[in-house]
Formats: sequence, C-alpha cells, structure tokens
Amino acid sequence: MTCALRHRRSVTLAIALLCLLLPVRAEAHLPTIGLGPVYDGIFHLLLSPEDLIPAIALALLAGQRGAGSSRRVLWILPIAWLAGGFTGMFVGTPRGSAVTCFSFLLLGGLIAANAKLSVPLTIALAAMLGFFHGYLNGSGINGFNDGAYFLLGLALAVFVVVALISSFVIPLRRHWALIVVRVAGSWIAASGLLMLGWALR
Amino acid sequence: MKASKETITRFVTTLFTFLLYAQAVQAHVHKGEAVSFLSGLKHPISGLDHVVAMIAVGLWGAQLGAPAIWVLPVAFPMVMAMGGMLGLLGVPLPGMEIGIAASAILLGAAVMMELRPPLALAAGLVGFFAIFHGYAHGSELPAGENGLLYSIGFVMATGCLHGVGISIGLVHRWSWGQRALRIAGAAIALAGMFFMWKVFA
Repeated sequence: MTCALRHRRSVTLAIALLCLLLPVRAEAHLPTIGLGPVYDGIFHLLLSPEDLIPAIALALLAGQRGAGSSRRVLWILPIAWLAGGFTGMFVGTPRGSAVTCFSFLLLGGLIAANAKLSVPLTIALAAMLGFFHGYLNGSGINGFNDGAYFLLGLALAVFVVVALISSFVIPLRRHWALIVVRVAGSWIAASGLLMLGWALR
Repeated sequence: MKASKETITRFVTTLFTFLLYAQAVQAHVHKGEAVSFLSGLKHPISGLDHVVAMIAVGLWGAQLGAPAIWVLPVAFPMVMAMGGMLGLLGVPLPGMEIGIAASAILLGAAVMMELRPPLALAAGLVGFFAIFHGYAHGSELPAGENGLLYSIGFVMATGCLHGVGISIGLVHRWSWGQRALRIAGAAIALAGMFFMWKVFA
C-alpha cells in the first residue's frame, strides 16, 4: 500500500467520522409515530391520559347539561385548545403540568355532584380548560417545525372526542345510566386527588 | 480461509464507525404505561381482603336500595383516593391492616343482618373504611411506574368490584335472594375475622 493511498484512506475515514458526529435533533417529549405531525397530534391526545381524561370529563359534563351546552363546548373546547397551543408554542415554557390534577378534581367533582351549571358557566369552563391544556401542549412543542399541524391534529381529536362522548350522554334517560356517568365522574375526581398526591410527593 | 490482518482491521474499524453513529435522543419517552395501568388494576383484585370488602359495599348498597345503591359507590372512590394520597405522601396511618380486616367484618355483618342505618351513617362508615383501603393502594405502588395510570387502574378496579357486588345484590328482590345475600354477608364477615387473625398471628 503506497503512502498516498494510506493518506487518502485516513482523510476519507476522518470525514466519515465527522459526518457521523453531526448532531441530530433531540425528540424529547414528542413520541412521533411516523405518519406526520397531524397524526402525531391526534395520537398525542389519545395516548396522554392527562389530556384525554379532562376532555372526556368536559364532554360528560356538557352531556349531562344537555344538547345546548354540548353544542357550544364542541366548538369552544377545540378552539380554546388551539389558541392555548399557539400561545404556548410562541411564548410559553412548559410549566404547571402538575396543575392538571385540578382539572380532574374540578370536572370529576362537578360530574359526580351532577352540578346544574348554566350554559355560560360551562362555556367559560371549556374555554379555560382548553386554553390551559393547549398552552401546556404548545409550550412542550416549542421549536417543533410542524407545531401548527401538530396542534391542528390535537384540536381535531378533541373535537371528535367531545362529539362522541357528549352525543352518547345526551340521550341517556334511564336512572341507572345517569348514575353510571356520575360514578365515572367520581373516578375522575379520585384520580385527580391521587395525582395531587403524586405532585406533592 | 485465514483473514488477513488488514481485513480484520477494516472490519473492526467499520464496526466502531457504526457504533459511533449518533442516534436521535428520545428523552422522556413514556415506557411501561400499560404495565402501570395493569398493576393498578390488579392491586385491588389480587388481595382477597380488598375484594370481599368492596363486594360487601356493593351488596349492602343493593340491600339498602336508592339512593344508597349509588351514593356508596360514588363516595367510596373519592374517600379512598384521599387515603391513597395519605399513603403516597407517606403520612403514617397505624393499624392499616386492622382497618381493612375490620371493614370486611363490619360490612359483612351489616349485609348479614341487613342493617338499615341512616344514609349519612352508612356513607360515613363506608367512607371511613375506604381510607384504609386507599392507603394500602397508595403506599404499595411498585417503583418506577406511572403514578397516574396506576391510580386510574386501582380506582377503576375498585369501582368494578362495587359493580360486581351491586349486580349480585340485585337478587335481593326475591326472598331466596335475600337469604343468599345474608349468607354471603356472613361469609364475608368470617373472611374478615380470618384476616384479623392473620394480622395478630
């Protein structure tokens, strides 16, 4: 092997090693599924109980209060989620995730008590909850290139979850079926209490 | 065929070059979530002391009829979660095992004698014992598992055990069913005495 050949090989190897040492973007907090950012958003909701359960709880609460409340929550919650997501994406830092236990406690308690909330109060609750959870999601994806599509997928999933759950609850008339909804609320509130325990631990 | 020194060197270099390939960092990827949920789901079912007490709550609710039939299963998970929170926080609760065994004895006796105390007293008694059961679940979380999913699992399992008790208790509408429920209550009380004996043995 000639000296020139050895030198050329060493240079090639050095270049190859340098290429391999190039940093790759850290994919912290974002379990991508390989189907694109919209599906990532959809699956994020479906696979994150800390976001999914409050959305289900609000749908149950709106369903308990009838079609009028449900129709409004169906639009307000995803829009507020989207607005909170964009706010979090541009200005936020991921803080306050421990506070999600209060969403569980509040919504679960209201469902278990079958609280007679007025339509404006239900809308206000949906707006606050959606904005808060959206903000946490948005601040978690700060710097993610396709964050807008991710949030769009998330909001779409919220819309579908609310539509399915509330349309299931609204027609319930039998006493035992309404009790089952309240029991579900007590389970959600109980989970919230335990989450509080985890946060304080 | 004997490999030359140059071939071996090339092979080892290539291998190490591949090992140096920078992988994307997947920090905080959630793992073992299904395991955590299943651990929580199994915890109340795996202990006979929990199972008999939860079924006794359902049986007693069915004997008492409305509104106790739904007040007890709605109240129990929330009070149990408070006990779970105490367990998570490490607040000492002496006599936990005694409380669990006593719950089986007293709730079994209530079913056996078909006691009909005021609703507040029945809910208070059930709630008091719920603290001990929740404490046991909260303080026995396996290390490294997702707290939220574990909590959801054991709250759901407890609720389902109540449901089993209520479903069995529906035989109360027939006279033979009432006798069968009393016998079941006696069996639960006896099981409670066995657990109490084990605590002190």
